[in-house]
Amino acid sequence: MNANLTPYDFWRKFKSTSMSVLAALCVLVAVIPLVMIFSYTLVQGIGSLNLNFFINMPKPVGEAGGGMANALVGTGILLAIGALFGLPVGILAGIYLAEYGQNRFAGVVRFMADVLSGVPSIVVGVVAYILVVLPMKHFSALAGGVALAILMIPTVTRTTEEMIRLVPHSYREAGLALGLPQWKTTVRIILPAALKGITTGVLLAIARAAGETAPLLFTALGNRFWSTAIGQPIASLTVFIYDYAKAPFEDWNRQAWAAGFVLIALIFVLSLIFRFVTRSRYAER
Amino acid sequence: MPNDDALSISIRTTMDHSAPLPGAQVALRPGAGLQNKMSATDLNAFFGKTHALTNVSLEVPANRVLAIIGPSGCGKSTFLRCLNRMHEVAGGTLTGSVTLDGEEVLTYDPVVLRRRVGMVFQKANPFPTMSIFDNVAAGLRLNGVHDRHRLRETVERCLRQAALWDEVKDSLDKSGISISGGQQQRLCIARTLAVDPEVVLMDEPASALDPISTAKIEELIYSLKANYTIVIVTHNMQQAARVSDFTAFFYLGELIEVGETKKMFTTPEKKQTEDYITGRFG
Repeated sequence: MNANLTPYDFWRKFKSTSMSVLAALCVLVAVIPLVMIFSYTLVQGIGSLNLNFFINMPKPVGEAGGGMANALVGTGILLAIGALFGLPVGILAGIYLAEYGQNRFAGVVRFMADVLSGVPSIVVGVVAYILVVLPMKHFSALAGGVALAILMIPTVTRTTEEMIRLVPHSYREAGLALGLPQWKTTVRIILPAALKGITTGVLLAIARAAGETAPLLFTALGNRFWSTAIGQPIASLTVFIYDYAKAPFEDWNRQAWAAGFVLIALIFVLSLIFRFVTRSRYAER
Repeated sequence: MPNDDALSISIRTTMDHSAPLPGAQVALRPGAGLQNKMSATDLNAFFGKTHALTNVSLEVPANRVLAIIGPSGCGKSTFLRCLNRMHEVAGGTLTGSVTLDGEEVLTYDPVVLRRRVGMVFQKANPFPTMSIFDNVAAGLRLNGVHDRHRLRETVERCLRQAALWDEVKDSLDKSGISISGGQQQRLCIARTLAVDPEVVLMDEPASALDPISTAKIEELIYSLKANYTIVIVTHNMQQAARVSDFTAFFYLGELIEVGETKKMFTTPEKKQTEDYITGRFG
């Protein structure tokens, strides 16, 4: 410590240091649950985590081993369907709100998106049930995908809008002053500049959808057998976990833990891939 | 381009003023005797309830540099933006008449108009996701030109015109925002020139730059007027005196006086102009 410090200087330094320590502690508190969940599911499920778990089908009750290959593929298909319907709608709606959204209609859309993001996912499941399952008269991957799409839309819409708004207005002006039509300015200049943020939003939406169980219970239903048909019921990791975790068999419970770990790891890997693909060609400013 | 800018500018400034321009006596019609590229008549501009410009009539002579000076909020930038309808981007409207080659700008498709009347902004704004090359090529490429040879040629020509080529020719693949602020601004000028405009509007293009970069930009402006008509808004009166052939003084949304730069800075007709130029207000 410098001897020239007055008591007031010392008090200020003390406050500054305390706040830094406090902030660091808060970071730690925020990270601890993540680490705990990750390690606990790993510890609980490690006994079932092996190659067979990934490539085998579930075995009948009583038989040892078995895997969740169908659930893994099923989750992939459900997310793909959800993304196929949800992302274009969400991203285009976000672009509309950011670029043309100064009117009453846009205000309504924005409000609806906020309300939709707060709707319990099981209610969204009921909606998909009415929209898709009832007309088709049976459960299907399509119905599950639609439910997930509805859940993705508000997140994607709002983050896309926010990220586009963050792009400095001067880029928009530069594009327009070059004689580019507004849509071209948006697509070729604004969107690339906002890509990173939009990707984060898309990822959040997909991650949230990947973890949904409730809306899949009576749309995609689940399937003990191999199926990739979108018109048929399909297995998913979350429903697999739901079934196996409440089953009275220790072996199944362990597999549920393992599936939980796989689901977390999947989202983790997905984020890494997304970040790599959309990384800027140039270092950040 | 030489690096000892201060020197070259002082020489050039003298040359500038020693070359009298025709028709320089008429105060409100600076371009009398010269061909007018653009012209505003009874121009009024509004942003919502704000009346930003009041009855401005001003002519922009072809292949000359017209400087617009005046205190902040006097409508300089608004006037500039009305010339290529960029005021609409900020939600403004105008009444009266603005013409380009005798035709009302309001009858143009803004996209076509802005290709002919380009703009350089106060803050350098290269596209952050594009390389130096792509930044200059952007205007052409996004308008459908994909001929590689032509793109390369245009990029080199415009970077040379913007006095930037020698500094970036080995790093055309680097990000447009990896270079210095002054270089970025010259990059933006090159980008504007690439779409081959006839008029170049500059909104305080050097106000965020250090003196050396400023000098380069000024030199550039001077060299560009052979091929382009230039309107420059500036807060810096020395700059106006150095680069422009004509100067217009705006105050509170009105055009107070316009004339040959030399005359404006030595014997202005209006008291307000003199007060502003000598630094008594504003």
